[in-house]
Amino acid sequence: MSSELETAANPASLKRVVIEPLSRVEGHGKISILLDDDDHVRQVRLHIVEFRGFEKFIQGRPYWEIPVMVQRLCGICPVSHHLAAAKALDQVVGADQLTPTADKVRRLMHYGQILQSHALHFFHLSSPDLLFGFDSDVARRNIVGVAAEYPDIAKQGVLLRRFGQEVIRVTAGKRIHGTGAIPGGVNKAVTPAERDELLKDIYQVIGWCRAAVQLAKRLHLSNIGLYNSFGAFRSNLMSLVAPDGGMDLFHGNLRARDSNGGIIFDKIDYSRYWDHITEEVRPWSYMKFPYIRSLGADAGWYKVGPLARVQNCDHISTPFAEAERREFVDFGSGQPVHATLAYHWARMIELLFSAESIKELLHDADISGDDLVVSGERRERGVGVIEAPRGTLIHHYRVNEDDQAVRANLIVSTTHNNQAMNEAIRHVAKRYLDGRHLTEGLLNHIEVAIRAFDPCLSCATHALGKMPFHVELIDAEGECIDTLVKSSLER
Amino acid sequence: MTLSPDPAPGLAPVLVIGIGNPSRGDDAIGPLAIERLAALDLPGTELLTDFQLQVEHALDLIGRREVVFIDADASGPGPFGFEPVIPAAYAGPITHALSPAAVLEAFQRVSAAPLPAAFVLAVRGYDFELGAALSDTAAANLDAALLMLVSRLNPGS
Repeated sequence: MSSELETAANPASLKRVVIEPLSRVEGHGKISILLDDDDHVRQVRLHIVEFRGFEKFIQGRPYWEIPVMVQRLCGICPVSHHLAAAKALDQVVGADQLTPTADKVRRLMHYGQILQSHALHFFHLSSPDLLFGFDSDVARRNIVGVAAEYPDIAKQGVLLRRFGQEVIRVTAGKRIHGTGAIPGGVNKAVTPAERDELLKDIYQVIGWCRAAVQLAKRLHLSNIGLYNSFGAFRSNLMSLVAPDGGMDLFHGNLRARDSNGGIIFDKIDYSRYWDHITEEVRPWSYMKFPYIRSLGADAGWYKVGPLARVQNCDHISTPFAEAERREFVDFGSGQPVHATLAYHWARMIELLFSAESIKELLHDADISGDDLVVSGERRERGVGVIEAPRGTLIHHYRVNEDDQAVRANLIVSTTHNNQAMNEAIRHVAKRYLDGRHLTEGLLNHIEVAIRAFDPCLSCATHALGKMPFHVELIDAEGECIDTLVKSSLER
Repeated sequence: MTLSPDPAPGLAPVLVIGIGNPSRGDDAIGPLAIERLAALDLPGTELLTDFQLQVEHALDLIGRREVVFIDADASGPGPFGFEPVIPAAYAGPITHALSPAAVLEAFQRVSAAPLPAAFVLAVRGYDFELGAALSDTAAANLDAALLMLVSRLNPGS
């Protein structure tokens, strides 16, 4: 299934366009496009620097510090790392079955994280493209433009985000650097007063989330030709699902489907994930390419995240989200939906599922229980897997007999989606850029495809002056012949 | 919490937000600044720290007279800069962080309250590796920056 645009036959003779969507102190992500003399696209690659230095960062630390420390890996989804690490260390302390309170408080924290992350993505980042068009006036194609024409949407995005943060604060103890999840359980329950405060708003939140699904769906259905074809490619799908096949973003077994929806593997205990997925190194990329071992590297790569999850599960336990899932599946007419832009629609179904799940958990007395921690037979290895906002997140640790972490391996959502994102931008480049003079509007099409996945670029640091968006057109001699620049973190 | 963009009663008129990751070398400048300011217990000043700015920080600004963003600066002349900042739209390709200007812009979208006077205290940093400690030069820059900021926030001190 790999694209012919991964490697050009004669790259040295081609013009090179470099899109640097973000650079950070640790590394950066960029897109390179090679064009021939007639501006035909010959090679397209997304380069993302993977987490580095993490193993050294945790080596020698007591294992119980890890769930707090890993939050410093990623400033955008620290809660996902916090929970994945705690789940891995549950295995180390022999906590095979959490108490109901610990399980539900963690779930509440997780769904707060999903809610705030998905709301930010859709309302703040993607809505300008989707509401105004990918090559509309750049001066209007931003959140200010959205606020001017759709003021409620802009405001709801901020308030949904804040609500999710409040759920995190209540369950993790603090708004950032929370310590709620510990190996074997949690260190605090939700007090009745905290629960009541969140309950005041949850029905409004669900209402806004229902409206968000309708908006995402309406946008897709009102321009089916574009939305179904833009950056679309067939691939396998992978995610956790609950033991009964339902959607569960917090815990479950691994399931993978092929591009026609057939099961590749199912009910896989993630604590031996390496028996089923492995990673390939390619010389041009710092980030590895995971694939399903039984299918091999060429055919075994897959998508993760909302589009995979909504279609990988058999049902959703909450009523409004389940109705939306059914409509989404029906839209595929018996085949999985592979449209890159359908990520937005699927993401909003998950937003609604998260809000409904928060409501159910807030009405569950277990979240205020006092049985918080369990332990059992000590083990030297632990694996934790969670469905983070952008997809499957794997944490894997080895702890020595002195309780020190000695090894760590992380496979983050963006790594799982590495090949998929490359495929998406190759399809877009071939369809929209091939043979044309490049403009900001055309290059924004590449960004639109990337935005659908919202890759995590390990941006846990972001100092001022470090995040330019920069596009250069370089000829075969290495001379820069055209430049586009816009800043995302100017002072 | 109430889903209303109204100011909370009894709000401190000045907010100082320290931005950065305490585990990435000089990126710790923001959170360390907040830690040291907290020890001074400045009257009328609320302190907040986070890895990076996001849209919800706009809600923290409502009802303030003044806000100061403290962040590491990877490319400025040093030791620090202190400049006013005005609203500007976010134009980046991913969701990961906003500039102070973009947070002010978000403020205008969610609130009809008067925009607070806003400043960025950009303290020059040099080394941002995961697990690194604050560099000596950045520590000296932070000392100088805080001397200025404290005298501004608490002129009688």
